[in-house]
Amino acid sequence: MSSLSYRTQRVIVVVGFLSIPVALLLLFTYYPAVRMVWLSFTNYNGYSASADWVGLDNYRTIFTNSSFFGVFLNQIPYVIVGIVQNAVALLFAIVLNSRMKGRNLFRVLLFLPFIMNGVAVSYMFQYVYDTTNGSLNLLLGFLGLEALQRSWLGDVHIVNYSLASIGFWRFMGYNMVIYLAGLQSLPNDMYEAARIDGAGRFRTVWSLTLPNMTRIIQLNMFLTLTGALSVFEYPFVLTKGGPVGASETFLLKTLETAFQFNNFGLASAMSVVLLFFVIVVVSIQNRVIEGRRSKE
Amino acid sequence: MRRIDPIQWLKYALCLLASFVVLFPPYVVFVNSFKQRHELADPFALPNSFLYLDNFKIVFERANIATSFTNIVIIIAITLVFNILFGTMVAYALGRFDFRGKSVILGAFLFAVIIPTITTQVVVFSIIKSLGLFNTLFAPILLYVGADIIQILIYLQFIRNIPYELDESAMIDGASLVRIYRSIIFPLLGPATATLVILKTINIYNDLYIPYLYMPKKQLAVVSTTIMRFASNNQAEWTLICATILLIMLPTVVLYLFLQRYIFSGVMSGAIKG
Repeated sequence: MSSLSYRTQRVIVVVGFLSIPVALLLLFTYYPAVRMVWLSFTNYNGYSASADWVGLDNYRTIFTNSSFFGVFLNQIPYVIVGIVQNAVALLFAIVLNSRMKGRNLFRVLLFLPFIMNGVAVSYMFQYVYDTTNGSLNLLLGFLGLEALQRSWLGDVHIVNYSLASIGFWRFMGYNMVIYLAGLQSLPNDMYEAARIDGAGRFRTVWSLTLPNMTRIIQLNMFLTLTGALSVFEYPFVLTKGGPVGASETFLLKTLETAFQFNNFGLASAMSVVLLFFVIVVVSIQNRVIEGRRSKE
Repeated sequence: MRRIDPIQWLKYALCLLASFVVLFPPYVVFVNSFKQRHELADPFALPNSFLYLDNFKIVFERANIATSFTNIVIIIAITLVFNILFGTMVAYALGRFDFRGKSVILGAFLFAVIIPTITTQVVVFSIIKSLGLFNTLFAPILLYVGADIIQILIYLQFIRNIPYELDESAMIDGASLVRIYRSIIFPLLGPATATLVILKTINIYNDLYIPYLYMPKKQLAVVSTTIMRFASNNQAEWTLICATILLIMLPTVVLYLFLQRYIFSGVMSGAIKG
């Protein structure tokens, strides 16, 4: 190959190195997205050769029938818990970025849940939340807090908070490590200057650390919000959407519609709605960042 | 500095509390996986003997643990080979050359990040079916290779830090571009490859959705689907379920404890880019 000119080699390398990955990208990301939009206007059932055009019927169903769009309400607890999770993660990042003994050990420990198998974690929490034998209720009894004992996965009012807390347990350390990365990229002399000016610890965090961390906070919030929009694993494993549909999520509903009821047209429309929400979240976030940049 | 600093104490108190919350559920699983059923009344107590291993034996016999480990190892190994190969190739082509349409291709890869793969499964499912790969190990492999593009982003970010002078001086020596890719770029992307191998291994090992949807066949079970099937067939058999959980968590936890430095730097470098 070295006998060829670099100009020819370049063409060969660019075409040869890119063709398969680009083909895969088109086949598994862009083609499905486009086809999904098209299917969302049909009543395709997943196996017959043809489908009828139904216009906006699927979208009408989603937005007028509360058993579809209403499930988004079940995901609000995930958003709330996610925001608390980020606040806690930032707190621990600041704590574990400061000088203290054993901070490496604590970092390693707090990140540990992230690497655990999600299904195994779900079953682990089934044991934690179990009403009669669960370790959480036993622990509360042990501490004399019987009044707080609950049917954690059986009560329609708290089931989503219980499930969202599993996400908190599993991902807080992950958010923390991302915040730590942000903290470590802040210049040291900035803090030096603040100390010389006599700024206290809280003042430093409030007026120096937080304003300089907005990008990282936004990144983490984006991860948290898209995670909250597409919750699937914990309700799927632990409650199957119950009790009485209280922990159903939009994605769970989409899969059910497609693979149990063979209504691929409606399921495609649901996926498009979800995708639309994700893209809206991303663009709002990007706009906020751009706006902030241009002000500087 | 003051001698007694209340804030320093508060920090330790917070960290200890958090450590308790993190370790409490795994602790309960750990001790109960060594218990006999009549010991379950107190889930916090230590088992009578840590040498009681019958639960693990039963799980190994009944839950297909060995098969599911073999399957997941095959999937991870083949996926990683292609991820590394395609990831470095794309990074070399896009990171080193200017050509018409480059910005379109680059943009296509970047934009794909915000399309969550989970939302397009309704269509991807029929693609896999029509390729005849449903219920084969190739279904998840192809999806992890083709639909996940995080490796391309990691490599693109790393290749920028490899000085172009290295390429130039190799060209002066008359090396071909493929040779430059193979003997300069590929080895220098090593740290990125290490990060990628660890993160991808954890992701694939922990994934439920793709194996559940594409490989319902029992012989093709992987760890996530195995524990699901076993737990729903043996409801409330807590000693057995705990033993399964422990067996399945062990590999990644061990991997993590040995390689945590790389995992942290991987998560961190991914974040700064964002």
